[in-house]
Amino acid sequence: MDELMLDGNAIAGLLQELFAVEMTTAIGTCGGCGAAGPVGAAHVYRGPGVVLRCPHCDNVLAKIVKNDSRLWIDLKGIRTLEVAI
Amino acid sequence: MAGTALRGRLSWQLAELVEAVAETPRVKTIIFNVPSWPGHRAGQHVDVRLTAEDGYQAERSYSIASATDGTRVALTVQRLDDGEVSPYLTDELQPGDKIELRGPIGGYFVWEPSEDGPLMLVAGGSGIVPLMAMIRTRAAADDDTETRLLYSSRSQDDVIYRHELKRLSGNGLTVVHALTASQPPGWTGYARRVDAEMLAEVAPPPAERPRFYACGPTPFVEAVAESLVQLGHDPLAIKTERFGPTGH
Repeated sequence: MDELMLDGNAIAGLLQELFAVEMTTAIGTCGGCGAAGPVGAAHVYRGPGVVLRCPHCDNVLAKIVKNDSRLWIDLKGIRTLEVAI
Repeated sequence: MAGTALRGRLSWQLAELVEAVAETPRVKTIIFNVPSWPGHRAGQHVDVRLTAEDGYQAERSYSIASATDGTRVALTVQRLDDGEVSPYLTDELQPGDKIELRGPIGGYFVWEPSEDGPLMLVAGGSGIVPLMAMIRTRAAADDDTETRLLYSSRSQDDVIYRHELKRLSGNGLTVVHALTASQPPGWTGYARRVDAEMLAEVAPPPAERPRFYACGPTPFVEAVAESLVQLGHDPLAIKTERFGPTGH
């Protein structure tokens, strides 16, 4: 276990900035193992960017990198995202 | 309110410090007035942004400690000696000073009084903060959901909200402390880290289908969640919030 690991709650502000809706209660389906769960429960690692991993299989779900003027989002590892509207 | 809290872009707003209260030697509660505050749910947090004179910005997340109370928002902050933000918030900020914050943020690690109980809260150190918002919200709503708090601290002096927790106990709320590093003379409570045996003794049994909220440093939360699953609790009923090795 990595002591620096956080969870989706820690990036709720960043995700809401991106999607303009509350995202920790969104249900994501992992493109690796197919497990579905709330984004708030995803494992999160912070470095120069943010990496979200599946709590079941450790597959990289998403990568987000931000600087002062732009955001890069890689959602390759997420099959679907279900959001309350 | 839930609808407006759910949708919409977050915007930074100015919050004015109204009052600061020392909780322990390293922890302070700072109470802000946020004029356009829409209200919040127990367990939500805010992002705080500080800007230096040269334009350098630092952003951190802090759990909201208070129940919804008009435009007042209380944060409880642990001072990290090598921190960029927390020493400013706990030592420098004076009543009348303003900082930028945005929120309320989050919806997963949130409890509402209408949810089915019983409620089992497990806190490690300053992980008590969002759980205290739940306890305060429960008290403010006169909710009698059976609630147990297992709260791990290093010593009695490190227990945040010690007197208020004692005062709020009863009415279905049971508070159990574990003091891991040192204990006062005559201490008869737990004197070790939270483990599966302790959780089995304190938490309602799986048959009662308790809802769990565990918050604290990552290793603490991992150990608690693993133990609860081992004890036969439903993994979907266990919500966790980790704040890394040293705090937010």
